[in-house]
Amino acid sequence: MVTPMHHGALKRKDLFWLALVALMALVPAVSAITANSFLMHVLILILLFASMAQAWNIIGGYGGQTSFGHSVFFGIGAYGAGMAVVTYGLSPWPGIGVGMLAAATVAVLISYPCFKLSGHYFAIATFAVVEIFNRMFLVWYWVGGALGLDYPMVEEGFKNLMWYDSKTGYYYCALVLFVLIFGIVRFLEGHRFGYYLRAVREGQETAESLGVNSTAVKLTAMALSAALAGLCGAFFVQYNLRVDPGMVMSLDMSMKFVLVTILGGAGTLAGPLLGAAVLIPLQEYTRALWGGLGGGVDLIVFGVLIIVIVVKQPAGISGIVRDIAKRFRRPADAKGGTSVGTA
Amino acid sequence: MALLEVRDVTKKFGELVANDRVSFTVDAGTIVGLIGPNGAGKTTLFNCVSGLYPVTAGRIFFDGAEVTGLPSYRIARMGAVRTFQVVRPLKDMTVFDNVLVGAFLHGAGGAQAREAAESCIELCGLAEYADKSAGGLPIGGKKRLELARALATRPKLLMLDEVMAGLTSTEVKAALELIRHIREKGITLLIVEHVMEAIMPIADKVVVLDGGIKIAEGPPDRIIDDERVISAYLGAKFSRRLQAKREERTNA
Amino acid sequence: MDTLLQVLLDGILNGMLYALVAVGLCLIWGVMDVINFAHGEYVMIAMYVTYWLGFLANVDPLISMFAGGLFIFILGALTYRLIIKYTIGKPPLSALLATFGLAMLLKNLCLNQFTPNFRILSDTWLGDKTFQLGALIVPLPQLVTAIVALVVVGLTYYMVRSTRFGWAVQATAMDKEAAELMGINTERIYLLVFGIGGATVGLAGGIMPTYLAVHPEVGTMFSLIAFICVAMGGFGSIPGALVAAILIGVVEALGGYYIAPVFKYVAVFGLYLAVVFLRPKGIFGW
Repeated sequence: MVTPMHHGALKRKDLFWLALVALMALVPAVSAITANSFLMHVLILILLFASMAQAWNIIGGYGGQTSFGHSVFFGIGAYGAGMAVVTYGLSPWPGIGVGMLAAATVAVLISYPCFKLSGHYFAIATFAVVEIFNRMFLVWYWVGGALGLDYPMVEEGFKNLMWYDSKTGYYYCALVLFVLIFGIVRFLEGHRFGYYLRAVREGQETAESLGVNSTAVKLTAMALSAALAGLCGAFFVQYNLRVDPGMVMSLDMSMKFVLVTILGGAGTLAGPLLGAAVLIPLQEYTRALWGGLGGGVDLIVFGVLIIVIVVKQPAGISGIVRDIAKRFRRPADAKGGTSVGTA
Repeated sequence: MALLEVRDVTKKFGELVANDRVSFTVDAGTIVGLIGPNGAGKTTLFNCVSGLYPVTAGRIFFDGAEVTGLPSYRIARMGAVRTFQVVRPLKDMTVFDNVLVGAFLHGAGGAQAREAAESCIELCGLAEYADKSAGGLPIGGKKRLELARALATRPKLLMLDEVMAGLTSTEVKAALELIRHIREKGITLLIVEHVMEAIMPIADKVVVLDGGIKIAEGPPDRIIDDERVISAYLGAKFSRRLQAKREERTNA
Repeated sequence: MDTLLQVLLDGILNGMLYALVAVGLCLIWGVMDVINFAHGEYVMIAMYVTYWLGFLANVDPLISMFAGGLFIFILGALTYRLIIKYTIGKPPLSALLATFGLAMLLKNLCLNQFTPNFRILSDTWLGDKTFQLGALIVPLPQLVTAIVALVVVGLTYYMVRSTRFGWAVQATAMDKEAAELMGINTERIYLLVFGIGGATVGLAGGIMPTYLAVHPEVGTMFSLIAFICVAMGGFGSIPGALVAAILIGVVEALGGYYIAPVFKYVAVFGLYLAVVFLRPKGIFGW
């Protein structure tokens, strides 16, 4: 009897996700939370970084191409929105669209030659791309150069995607971003494209022997991933009200895409959320708590955590969760549990 | 008209000539065996036909169109699909998902592809493993997975690269049964085999390679008696002895 | 013409420094197929070692650089024992990510302890000394660094190529299991390779305070430069890394002088991309 697990159909897991989103939508109704501005800030960052990581996960996790260049796409999206508002005095919306398109275009142009490289050579090429873009933007007068772009005071609301007094508006924007990107990835998981993407990761020649155009699949995934990273960048600049090359286009920012995903669990739907939900509060609260001990304590803790997770559990936090779940599950259920790795 | 035509195909790796002006045809609906001793250039020829390697010279036609120099995914899309001698499971995906990747080639809708994948898994006897990760299959299972995955693409021509090597005799029997069944479904087969005994009973035609050159082509019963084939496989001395024995038999 | 020669000289001398920084990474990469992201932080730590020895005990970097080498030898061996060892056999970029964590740890530890201030040693033996060679001005600290670089790169190459130890290293690099069957203690080889790779970069960092300022962020760019030296030179090839390092130094100097200082790294990273797109395994790779 064949009773395979279908990625396509609605499953119990999806109900869990829907419940989670409903719960998150209700968070601002609790005045104890909205009154705590720092807590709201942390929640917004969790949603933002989970979305960023999920965008990276498309090409990095499911596609197996470890790009360290995503801060470039993130930055292009941020500049798209930023320039629409600051340079041209428009609403950020047209800038968001142009930024996403530009991010996808740049991603395809860069990736086409980079995909010919393997392993460390690919990784280092993407480092190089980040450094080049960073330097170019620093001296590019049109985009504001090293000074960057500072937002003027404009009218609050969804039209300008800007709020000054409360963080609730930003929270809902971040939630929409989160639902959009996680929804896209969930859809792809059960779709032909998602299977092709994983097949290319597992064996390019094998996939080609089955009629998969691996170059087209990788480029499409990269373009989608970059456009979504650009969308996250646009949200970031709207939230920050300022952008300069060092903030968005840097190796450290690129690393955040990679680390949140891999520490959470690459190539899984839940991984990016788990990674962000653990790492972001840790970073923000250690910074708040131990800021008085001199600079860098939060990052020292972060560094140690990265080492420990990579060394102890390469499947990331979702691997740890799975191990714990296995321990609690009855032995009868545990039999079929080996194949859920990429579910 | 032949489904596959290989015309004067030559493949060189630097100075080494792996295939030297090899020509043969595969007619639709038949089973053709491609045999030869180790290092005869069978797998190289296979890689040329399936588009994995570019040919050095010569031309290849499939289903009425020239496919020389096309990338392998385009040849697969036209309906010529292969398996790999050294099995290549998509390790971190389940057996079912492996086969589903193949099924998606012509099953546009998800449900349709899933049905096709299920029936191929059933056919290849992998049902009990469907939800297991492909990397954990035993070797026989991995060989069957290669077959199921290629079959799921609904090929016109299925090219099998030593699917029976390393199998036990009962497994070989089951594999032969399966191959016959595949042919009955109207799929043409080109089968590379090192083991002559496995291929002879089912093949309509056999092509023999030795040292990169085609030394014989014809129905199996004629190939078995071909002197050049015997000497290629068994060495000149043994072939003379066999010849002598055969003459004795005919004289008697 | 004189300007061009001067720019070329500066570029070559700087390139030699890059070679000294990169040779250890090259050795580790070639033998273990591991990229150590904390490589630049090794440079930074070694710089602090000689800076403090100079500042507190008045030892010149030319002497204390050996202390820097020893210190990073130990740090490298510890890195292997505590981190790298456990990433072998895990997904390909595990070591890179773990050492990125290490880089973050080391960088911020120094930031926390030593503040982000730039620190410069005054009154070193070589100091700002220069001498005239025709129309060229040759800076003495850079020249001595270049000589040290040649010696260290040469010795490392000799060690790998022509000693019994190097033979064991090469065997381990080619096939770890086969090397073990031949009675080579590959665990010890890995440990020593990481230590020796560390020692060479420790010497590089050790000599730098003669003419460069120390601060917690100084290592990041050296990491990146070392990566592209090694990748451009070709998988673990020491002569390849040397050639690539000099090429990078020259391109950096030319780009910085003739285009604009801010474009020097654009030129360098652009060169890397151009090289690997043409030769995906580097100049000396196969």
